[in-house]
Amino acid sequence: MSIIAQNIKKTFGTYTALSGVDLNVPDGKLVALLGPSGSGKTTLLRIIAGLEFPDEGSGRIEFHGEDVTNVDAGKRGVGFVFQHYALFRHMTVAENVAFGLTVRKRRDRPSKSEIADRVNTLLKLVQLEALGKRFPTQLSGGQRQRIALARALAVEPKVLLLDEPFGALDAKVRKELRRWLRQFQDEIGITTVFVTHDQEEALEIADEVIVMNNAKVEQVGSPQDVYDHPATPFVYQFLGNVNKLQLPWRGISADESDSPIIDEAKKTAFVRPHELEVVRHRAGTETEGELAVVRSIHAAGSIARITVLRGSSEYIDVELSRQRLEELELSVDDPVLLRVRRSRTFAEDYAI
Amino acid sequence: MSSRSPRSVLPGFGLSLGFTIAYLSLIVLVPLAAAFIKTSGMTWNEFVDAVASRQVLASYRLSFGISFLAAAVNAFFGLIVAWVLVRYPFPGKRIVDAVVDLPFALPTAVAGIALTAIYARNGWLGFLEPVWGGVVGPDGHVVSNGLVQYLDQLLPGVNWGEWLGLKIAFDRPGIFIALTFIGLPFVVRTLQPVLEELEPEFEEASATLGATRWQTIRKVIFPQLLPALITGFTLSFARALGEYGSVVFIAGNKPLHSEITPLLIMTKLEQFDYRGATAIAVILLVTSFTLLLLINLLQSWTRRHQRA
Amino acid sequence: MATTVTHLKAQLGAAAPVSRATRDAPWVRWLLTAVALLFLAGFLVLPLAAVFTEALRKGVGVYFRALIDHDALAAIRLTLLAAAISVPANVVFGVAAAWAITKFQFRGKNVLITLIDLPFAVSPVISGLIYVLVFGLQGWYGHYLNAEHPWFPALQAWLVAKDFTIIFAVPGIVLATTFVTFPFVARELIPLMQAQGSDEEYAAVTLGASGWQIFRRVTLPNIKWGLFYGVILCNARAMGEFGAVSVVSGHIRGETNTIPLHVEILYNEYNFAAAFAMASLLALLAIFTLVLKSFVEWRYATSHKG
Repeated sequence: MSIIAQNIKKTFGTYTALSGVDLNVPDGKLVALLGPSGSGKTTLLRIIAGLEFPDEGSGRIEFHGEDVTNVDAGKRGVGFVFQHYALFRHMTVAENVAFGLTVRKRRDRPSKSEIADRVNTLLKLVQLEALGKRFPTQLSGGQRQRIALARALAVEPKVLLLDEPFGALDAKVRKELRRWLRQFQDEIGITTVFVTHDQEEALEIADEVIVMNNAKVEQVGSPQDVYDHPATPFVYQFLGNVNKLQLPWRGISADESDSPIIDEAKKTAFVRPHELEVVRHRAGTETEGELAVVRSIHAAGSIARITVLRGSSEYIDVELSRQRLEELELSVDDPVLLRVRRSRTFAEDYAI
Repeated sequence: MSSRSPRSVLPGFGLSLGFTIAYLSLIVLVPLAAAFIKTSGMTWNEFVDAVASRQVLASYRLSFGISFLAAAVNAFFGLIVAWVLVRYPFPGKRIVDAVVDLPFALPTAVAGIALTAIYARNGWLGFLEPVWGGVVGPDGHVVSNGLVQYLDQLLPGVNWGEWLGLKIAFDRPGIFIALTFIGLPFVVRTLQPVLEELEPEFEEASATLGATRWQTIRKVIFPQLLPALITGFTLSFARALGEYGSVVFIAGNKPLHSEITPLLIMTKLEQFDYRGATAIAVILLVTSFTLLLLINLLQSWTRRHQRA
Repeated sequence: MATTVTHLKAQLGAAAPVSRATRDAPWVRWLLTAVALLFLAGFLVLPLAAVFTEALRKGVGVYFRALIDHDALAAIRLTLLAAAISVPANVVFGVAAAWAITKFQFRGKNVLITLIDLPFAVSPVISGLIYVLVFGLQGWYGHYLNAEHPWFPALQAWLVAKDFTIIFAVPGIVLATTFVTFPFVARELIPLMQAQGSDEEYAAVTLGASGWQIFRRVTLPNIKWGLFYGVILCNARAMGEFGAVSVVSGHIRGETNTIPLHVEILYNEYNFAAAFAMASLLALLAIFTLVLKSFVEWRYATSHKG
């Protein structure tokens, strides 16, 4: 079931949450809506679900080519998982999962035993079959998340929408659960959209990432695509660490860049820390590269990070392997040469 | 009030808001408006005569004065009660906490006759009367001095006996006791949640910076409690102004001396002087609504300024 | 997250004694606790004890005879009737108001919340007075009955024929009681439903529940304790209201007297034992209310742990 949203506008009073957003989610894919808080991603997800409606006269939502813009949330066939799960706190886990079936009109409602079977199957699917009689407050965050998922799936939705699914969990559970979600989605193949502000999360599990900022879509593409070829300065900075290098810089020319430079005067080059190469500077030997001085070295972890100072005030972060750091035998205050493997140049004065 | 339905997926907006407004209008707004409409039919002179006669002015002085005093006493003891309930563990705390709400739960008429029974001459606390107002013989001579007579000797020139009343029940002190009784929970219940949410970090920070416990209480805790304390005081004061049931039994209701304003309204009603009653009611209503407004302003101010 | 923090605090508290910085000297604690308890005992507990002592002063026989007196029973019936009408009416209103206010955005919401609280700011005597102005025979209702060209002439004819009076009769008592207990349920539910948010209702919508199903199966179970709490307080006030009811009641023994009014009449007749016997019923209701209230608070606190 593919999802298409066209020209979605949404304002709350004077605040613009979405200013004409288009979106296209292919059938069976796991898509991440990625952006900082306030970028409009949750509003977009809620509009897709039918929990909010686009402003009068704007917007169209299609599920598999069918216009659902004016269809109620309960009839759209979406499974929605809320950020804080929204489990019914007075019902047991099994009652929560069964809810969507038990509220059906009598003639559409499965029999009691069918509902019980369905609940059991779903609890098995989310690997929590032993917890049916517990209440939500007796579960851990990760368990609640999976129950919320099971409840959403009970009504056999055509698409699955998750709002910050791992936002309220601690780091370790987050990692486990997102891998589990990826496998789970692979198994059942349901078109899934999830909202997140965590770029690592989006890049790791999504088939496609939609980067949002300021009520607009900044870029759409595969994780590798958006990471390696950011379309805008915002995407560059939002996805991973980045150095903003003041031009001129030896080895970077405006012509090489695959993006137009809007303002020649104030231009800046964007370089990720691992895209910089460091060599020791020995007077009179090599001259290729920009001169800088090592200010600090952090060698804890699998990757070493050093900070160097170029000129009087330009601090630049560099990432390199531990092995490479040992080969260089660097210490603080050593002069080094920096070379750029790849960079993008943008005009300096954009707004984030 | 906008009745334009905000498009929401939850149902029942029109029904619930429509019913709310209709019921609110029928039960509250229209009858309240009636008081103002009735008064607007009076000429200015009629109005002034009704709300500023000697008897009515005396009742304002009495009602406002004693309500203020009772609210102040409640603010003081209410602060202590709230502090003890939130900060100190002691056995039976749950029961004590529940008892604080007694004035909300006990009908005012019952409170009135019970307080009268306690403070009347032959009551459990009847022995307080000679301690307060001395003993006056049948010929009007003071047989033995009480606090009021000592005050007379200490600060002559004021008719203390008239101001403070010589008796407890059936006199001004009785009104004060009844109004203190009904106002207490307001202060305690407004302060309690604020005290509970006061993070100990503030006090710890203050202590690490070298403040004594007393300095911490005065400069760190008290300012944070002050808005709630003022709110509690005002609620208690407003409630006391309008109180009727508990006071009528214990006040003695002597004209110009111990007649509270609500009693005057009642008296005028019994004489079928609806206009006079309504005019005084309008004065009290405007006062109460002003107090309510002040509390709302104070609370929104507090929300804005203490959201650190 | 919140549970983690509490848990951590509990652990720290167990490991180290409570920070000295936030503790008062023992004599301060003793003094303040003693002052607070003495004040509460003197001002609150003593009157309660006095009610029962005075009621039983003339013996158990007199006590019970006072309660089964014909007029006493009539007062009890009327009090129950007034509560039985006004409390459900205010429950329906409270739920509707809380639903509109907490589930939707609209202009004028804060004004509406303030207006709902108005009856608390009105003196009981004035609460009665305004109903006299509207429904009294000298008031708007009286004008209607005497109007030559009224709206709905049939209604006027029927009311005149039935000699239907509101003030100094039972309908007035019910109306005045409804007014003074108006805000109780709404003001319990509004903050509660605001705090709970609407996520569970939205979840129910996405799962296909209808409006009534959402309310019955999701909202109501979540607010039931708050609702119950509001009902107890509303009921206590409804049965105990004196000032407002006193204004609109005709003080007719056996007909328009509620329990508090009957207490007043007996008291003014110097029939103290009977007056306190009736008062003891209301005092028992007050104690019962406080016990239930504490129970609800405890229930609510435990059901919201974790």
